[in-house]
Amino acid sequence: MTASTTATGVAFDAQGQASDEQRRNLAMQALVRDLAATGAAQLESCVRCGQCANACHFYVTTGDPKYTPIRKLRPLEQAYHRHVGPFAPLFRLFGIVPRVTAAELEEWEQLLFDSCTMCGRCTLACPMGIDIADLVKQSRHAMFAAGLIPDRLELMDRTTKLWGSPATPSEDFADIIREAGTQFGVAMKIDEPKADYLITVAPAELTEHTKALADAAKVLNALGVKWTYHSDGFEASNIGYLNGDIALQETMTRKLIDAAIKIGAHTLVLPECGHAYGAARWEAGRWYGDKLPVRVIHMTEFLDEAVTSGRIKLKKVGQSASFHDPCQLGRRGGVIKAPRNILAALGVEVKELADAGTVGWCCGGGGGVVSNKRADPLRYRVFEMKRRQVEDAGADRFVTACGQCRITLNLGASKYKWDRKAESLLELVADNLIA
Amino acid sequence: MELLQFARGPALTVALAVFAFGALWRLLGVLLLERRGVYSAPRPGAPSIFASALAGIIGKMWPHATFLKQSLFPVLNGYLFHLGLAISVLLFAPHILFIKSISGLSWPALPSNLVYGIAVVTAVSLVAALVHRLTDPVLRLISRADDYVSWMLTFLPVVSGIAAVSHIGARYETLLAVHILTVCALLVWFPFGKLMHAFLFVVSRGETGIRFKHRGADI
Ligand code: SF4
Ligand code: SF4
Repeated sequence: MTASTTATGVAFDAQGQASDEQRRNLAMQALVRDLAATGAAQLESCVRCGQCANACHFYVTTGDPKYTPIRKLRPLEQAYHRHVGPFAPLFRLFGIVPRVTAAELEEWEQLLFDSCTMCGRCTLACPMGIDIADLVKQSRHAMFAAGLIPDRLELMDRTTKLWGSPATPSEDFADIIREAGTQFGVAMKIDEPKADYLITVAPAELTEHTKALADAAKVLNALGVKWTYHSDGFEASNIGYLNGDIALQETMTRKLIDAAIKIGAHTLVLPECGHAYGAARWEAGRWYGDKLPVRVIHMTEFLDEAVTSGRIKLKKVGQSASFHDPCQLGRRGGVIKAPRNILAALGVEVKELADAGTVGWCCGGGGGVVSNKRADPLRYRVFEMKRRQVEDAGADRFVTACGQCRITLNLGASKYKWDRKAESLLELVADNLIA
Repeated sequence: MELLQFARGPALTVALAVFAFGALWRLLGVLLLERRGVYSAPRPGAPSIFASALAGIIGKMWPHATFLKQSLFPVLNGYLFHLGLAISVLLFAPHILFIKSISGLSWPALPSNLVYGIAVVTAVSLVAALVHRLTDPVLRLISRADDYVSWMLTFLPVVSGIAAVSHIGARYETLLAVHILTVCALLVWFPFGKLMHAFLFVVSRGETGIRFKHRGADI
C-alpha cells in the first residue's frame, strides 16, 4: 500500500506492485467486461446538460465542478467509446477518444470513492435517465482490479476476506450475540439448525450499536416466530459491493443465502443498513438466478409488516420526528412509505425535511465514504447541509433506518457539537413494544 | 452542376444514406450488446416491463420540483429549442412539400410567417444554450468537442433557413443550396455525436424506468 499524489496534487492509494501499464490494462479489462447493453445505451445518451451536478451533494456543498456526476464516469466513457461502442474502431483509428492512462485512473480514485456515495440522486435528476450511480459502481470494479482504491476500504476488504466481516472474526459472532442478550436482557437465538427467519447484521452492530442486536431479537421474540442469527451467514453489509470487489461480493452474498437455505428460512431479514439492501435485495440473484429460494427484506419492511398487520403493538411515543431516508432503501430501493407507517404507529408526527423521500439528500457517508478517512472534509460539508435541513424541519427527533447513516450523521454532530442525534427506527420500535 | 442541383441531388442522397446507415449501426451496436438479467424478485405490484419503460420515458420529460428550481433555465430553454426545431422542420410548408416529393406523405402546415418567427426564436434559444455552455463552469468542464460540433451543425440549418426565407445575403437559389448543404452536414454528423440522443433517449430512459419500477422506486 502506498499513499501518493498525482502530478496535479490529488491524493490516491495504490495496492500491490503492478506497473502503471499493468494497472491500466487490468482496469480496462474490467471496464470492458462489465459494459452490458443498459450501461452502454446510457453512456451514449448523455447530452452534457449538467443537471446532474445540482443533484450531487459533493458538487452542491463545494461548488467545485470537478464533482459533477457525469465527469466521474470519464474513464468508463473513454473505455466504452474506444473499445466497446459501435464506432470504437473509428475512434481508435483517428485517435478521437484518447486511451485511459494510469495517471487518469489515479486521479479518478478520489472522484469514484471519496466523492461519490452511490446515492443515485444524479440518476433521479438526469433527463436522459442515466443511472450514474450504477455506472460509478461499475467503474469501481475496474479501480479495484487495478489496485487503486482507498487504503481504508482495501483494509476492510482484506479483513472481510480473513474474518468474514470487517468488524469481527466469524468465530466471535456467537459470543457477541450472547453478550448482547445478557447485557440487554433479551433471549437470543444463535445457530439454530432450523428457523423461518434468518436475521443478519451490519458491522456497526457488532461494535458500537450492539443494542440493535437485542432490539431485533426483542421484536422477533414478541412476534413468536422461529428465528435465528447464524454464524455461517450474518454479515450483510457487503464490502465487496462497495469496493468493486465482485469476487468478495459473491462470497458475502453466498454466505447469507446459503445459510438461509441451510436452515430452511423463508425470509432473510437485512439489518438497518442501506447498502446491504442494495447488494442482497437487488443483486443476490446474480448468483442464484431470478428466483431466490428465500425472500430478502430490510428490517424496516419487516417492522412495517409486523406493525401494519397488528402482530405487534406499540406504545404511542407522541412527539414529532424527521426521517432521513437512506438512499439505497428509499430512492434506490422504493421503501419510502414503510418507515413512515411505523412512525405513525408510534404516534409520531412526521415533519418532513425540505427534501425527503425520493429526493432526500444523502447523509454523505454512503458507498464506503464514511470509512474513508481521506474523505472526511467533504463528508462534513454534506453534514452541514443535512443539519440545516433537520433544524429547519423543527421536529423533536431525528430518525433513520441505516446504521451507516447514523454513524455518519452522529460523527458530524460530534464534530460540530450539535446536540441532536440520529436515532434508529428499530430501536424506537423495540423500546416501545407492548409486550 | 449548379450548386442547388448538387445540394438537392448527390449531396442529400449521400447525407441521407450516411444518416440512415450510421444511425442504424449505432443503435444496433448498443442494442445488440449482451443484456444482463434482472437479478431479483420485483416489488409486489410492479408494473409490466413495457409500462415501466414507458413510465421512464414519460416520467423523465419533466424534472422533480426540487431539481427544476436549480435547473430552470436549461430545462425551459431546452424545451424551447426542441419544440422550435420540431415545428420549423415539420410544420413549414416548403419542408412539407419537399417531404411529399420524396415520400408522398403530407400534412397541414402552419402559416409561414409564424414558422419564420418560431425559427428566429429557436435560433436565439440555441445561442442562449451556447452562451450557457461557455459560461457555466460545470458545462465548460464537461463539454466535449461533440457538444460544440453538434451545436454548430444544428444552428447552421436554422440560420441558413431563416436567411433563405428572408432572401438575405445572396440569391435565393444560392441561399437554398447553402441551407440544404447545412442540413446535409447535420445528417452526416448525426449518427456519430450526441444528436443521437433523439433516438437513444428512449432506450436510456426506458432501461431506467424498468430498473426502478421493478424496485417500486420513483423515476
Ligand atoms: S444530467 Fe444526464 S444528460 Fe445531463 S450531463 Fe448529467 S448525465 Fe449527462
Ligand atoms: S451517486 Fe450521489 S454522490 Fe455519486 S455522483 Fe450521483 S449524486 Fe453524487
